[in-house]
Amino acid sequence: MNGGELPKELSSDELINIYKKMLLIRKFEQRITKDFGKIKSPLVHTYTGEEAIAVGACMAINEDDYITSTHRGHGHFIAKGGDVNSLMAEIYGKEGGICKGRGGSMHVADFSKSMLGANGIVGAGPPLALGVALASKMRNEGKVVLTFFGDGAANQGMLHESMNLAAAWKLPVIFILENNMYGWSTPFHAATAIKDFSIRAQGYGMKGFTIDGNDVIEVYKTIKEAVDIARNGGGPTLIECKTYRWQGQTIMDPDKYRSPEEKEEWKNRCPIKAYKTRLIRGEIIDKVMIQEIEEMTLVKIDESFKFAKENKNPDPSTVLDNVYKKPIKYGGN
Amino acid sequence: MVEETKTMRGLDAIRLAIEEEMERDESVFIMGEDIGKFGGCFFVTEGLLEKFGPERVRDTPISENAILGCAIGAAMAGMRPIAEIMFADFLTVCMEMIVNQAAKASYMYGGQISVPVTIRVPFGTGIMGAAQHSQSFESWFMHVPGLKVILPSEASDFKGLMKTAVRDDDPVIFFENKRAYYLTGDVPLDKDFKIPFGQARIFTEGDDVTLVATGAMVQESMIAATKLTEENIHCEVIDPRTLVPLDKKTILASVEKTGKLIIVDEGCKTCSVSAEIAAIVVEEGFQYLKKEIIRINTPDVPIPYSPKLEKKIIPNAKLIQEKIKKLI
Ligand SMILES: Cc1ncc(C[n+]2csc(CCOP(=O)(O)OP(=O)(O)O)c2C)c(N)n1
Repeated sequence: MNGGELPKELSSDELINIYKKMLLIRKFEQRITKDFGKIKSPLVHTYTGEEAIAVGACMAINEDDYITSTHRGHGHFIAKGGDVNSLMAEIYGKEGGICKGRGGSMHVADFSKSMLGANGIVGAGPPLALGVALASKMRNEGKVVLTFFGDGAANQGMLHESMNLAAAWKLPVIFILENNMYGWSTPFHAATAIKDFSIRAQGYGMKGFTIDGNDVIEVYKTIKEAVDIARNGGGPTLIECKTYRWQGQTIMDPDKYRSPEEKEEWKNRCPIKAYKTRLIRGEIIDKVMIQEIEEMTLVKIDESFKFAKENKNPDPSTVLDNVYKKPIKYGGN
Repeated sequence: MVEETKTMRGLDAIRLAIEEEMERDESVFIMGEDIGKFGGCFFVTEGLLEKFGPERVRDTPISENAILGCAIGAAMAGMRPIAEIMFADFLTVCMEMIVNQAAKASYMYGGQISVPVTIRVPFGTGIMGAAQHSQSFESWFMHVPGLKVILPSEASDFKGLMKTAVRDDDPVIFFENKRAYYLTGDVPLDKDFKIPFGQARIFTEGDDVTLVATGAMVQESMIAATKLTEENIHCEVIDPRTLVPLDKKTILASVEKTGKLIIVDEGCKTCSVSAEIAAIVVEEGFQYLKKEIIRINTPDVPIPYSPKLEKKIIPNAKLIQEKIKKLI
C-alpha cells in the first residue's frame, strides 16, 4: 500500500511526470473552486483526491489509446494530455474552450488526444467505449479503451449491458470503477450489497481487481496488466479503485452528509503526498525540485486562468453551428 | 439511356442498399439482434452473414443500449455502422444513446467529431403486434436536434435513402414501415443510386387538395386519390420521405396551388408528424389556405391486438376518401 518499490520500467522523467500531472489536476481543481462564484454553473465536479486513478491509468496506455470519461472529467482530460488552457476556457464557456464553449465542464473532450469526452449522463461512457474498442479490433489497430465510471454508475443497466457485451466479444476495454464511496450523497454500501464491486467481474467472465485507488503506482501496474491482456485479445477487465472525493459532489455542494472525521481520515491518505514521499525516498526528486514543480504548476494554472478570462465569449450568431456536419433545413430552423 | 431496374419488395431494396454499401466501403458493418443466421425479424439482412462473415454482420446480445452505444462509439472512431433495433417499440430502452449521445456529440463537443451511424427501425401496424410491437414513434425523434429522421414508403425510396443514410456524416434514424416492406416497386440497380435528404416525392399531381402522407399512409392515400379521379377530384399526394430535414418547400408550393391540406399519419394524433406539418403550413403558408387543415391520425390509444380493432383505428383509403370529399 503506497509504499512498495517504484516500477523499474519507468524512467525518472516518467516517474516525475506522474507527480507533475497529479499536482496539475489538484491545483487546477483548487483554482476552479476558489473562483466558483464566477463560473456560475453549479454543475462543476472536481476530481480532488482521486488524481492517482486517472494519472496512473493513462500512464499505462499509449497516446493513441482511447479513454471515455464521466461528469467528473477534468482529471481524465489532463491525465490524457489535454491542454489546460482550453480546458479552463471551456469551463468558463469561452470560444477558445476545447468545445468552443458549447460543452462546459461536463462535456470536456479532446478527440485529437483520443479523449472521447466527459459525459453528463451517469453510466453512458461505457457503451460508447464498446464501439471504439470494436472499431480498433475490426481494423486490427491494437488500441485499447479505458472507460472510467463511478460507484453510482456501476448500478446503471448500461454498465451491465456493456460489461457483458465486452466480455462476450472479447473487446479491448478496461472498466475502471472509481469507487469514491459516494454517488452524490448516497454511500455505496447503501446502494449496493457487496463490499467490493470487482466480484461482479466473474459474473461476466472477466477478471476483476479491487485496488487502492490512491496509490498511483498500484493503479498503473494493475491497469498495465489489464491493458496487456486486452491488447493480446484477452478481452476486458474490471478494476475497482477505492478512493475518496475530497470536495462536495459539485463545487457548490454544502456536503453535509459526510462527517468531518471521515473527510480528515481520507485526506491523511492523500495520493499526491504519499507518492511524493516515495519519490523522495527513492531519490527521484528532492526538496528543490518539489518546490520548482509546485511553482511551475501554479504558473501554468495562472496562465490558463488568464487565457480563459481574456478569451472571447462565443459569437451568438454561431449558436446553431455543428448541430449537423453541414447546416440543414428542418422544421425548427 | 434507360435506367436498369428490378421489381422487388421494400425489404429487398433495403437489403440491396446495405449489401452494396458494405461492398463499397469496408468501414460499413451491421449489428443487431438475430440479424445473422436468422436474417433479422423481417428477413431484411438475410444472406448478409454468408456474404460478409460474422465480423461485419454481428449478432448481438439483447442489450439495446450496448448495441447503440457500440455503434455510436464505432462511428466516433471512424466506422460507418448500421444498427438494427428489432422493433421501433424497443427504442424506449435505448433512448439515452440516441438522444443524449448520438444527437449531441457533434454539438456539445464543439464540432470536433460527427457520428455517422444509421439506426434502422421497423415500425407500424399490420402484423397483429398489439401495444408493444406496432408503434410509430417517428415524431419523438423530430424533436431532437442533431438527428436526421428518414421514413420511406416505397421500394426504390428505401434503396436510395438507405444509401444516402449510410454515407451521411450525421446520425440517421431510419424508420422502416412494416407494411411497406412487402410492397413491390421498381428499384434502380445503379450502385450509386442515392436520393438526397430533404426532397419530398410527389406521387401524383392534382389541383384540388394536397395530401401529405408518410409510411403505409402513402399507399392508402394513393388508393383514395385514384378512386376520386373517377369523380373528377384530383389530389396531389406528397410523401416527405425525410422528416428531418423536411422539404417544406414542396408542401407549401402544393398548398399554394390547392388551398387545401390533409395530412395522413399512422402515429397517434397528439404531438404527431401531422401536428408539426400542420403547424408549419399555418405558420408559413396561412395565406394559401382556403379551408381548415384536416389531420387524419390513429387516435390516442395503444394499438389493440384484434385485427378488427386495429382496423378500426388505423387510417385507411376509405376514411381518407370521406375526409377529402367532406373538405371539398
Ligand atoms: C442518468 C443520470 N442519473 C442521475 C444523474 C445525476 N447525477 C450526477 S452525478 C451523480 C452521482 C454519480 O455517482 P458516481 O457514479 O459514483 O460518480 P461520482 O460523482 O461519485 O464521481 C448523479 C446521481 C445523472 N447525471 N445522470
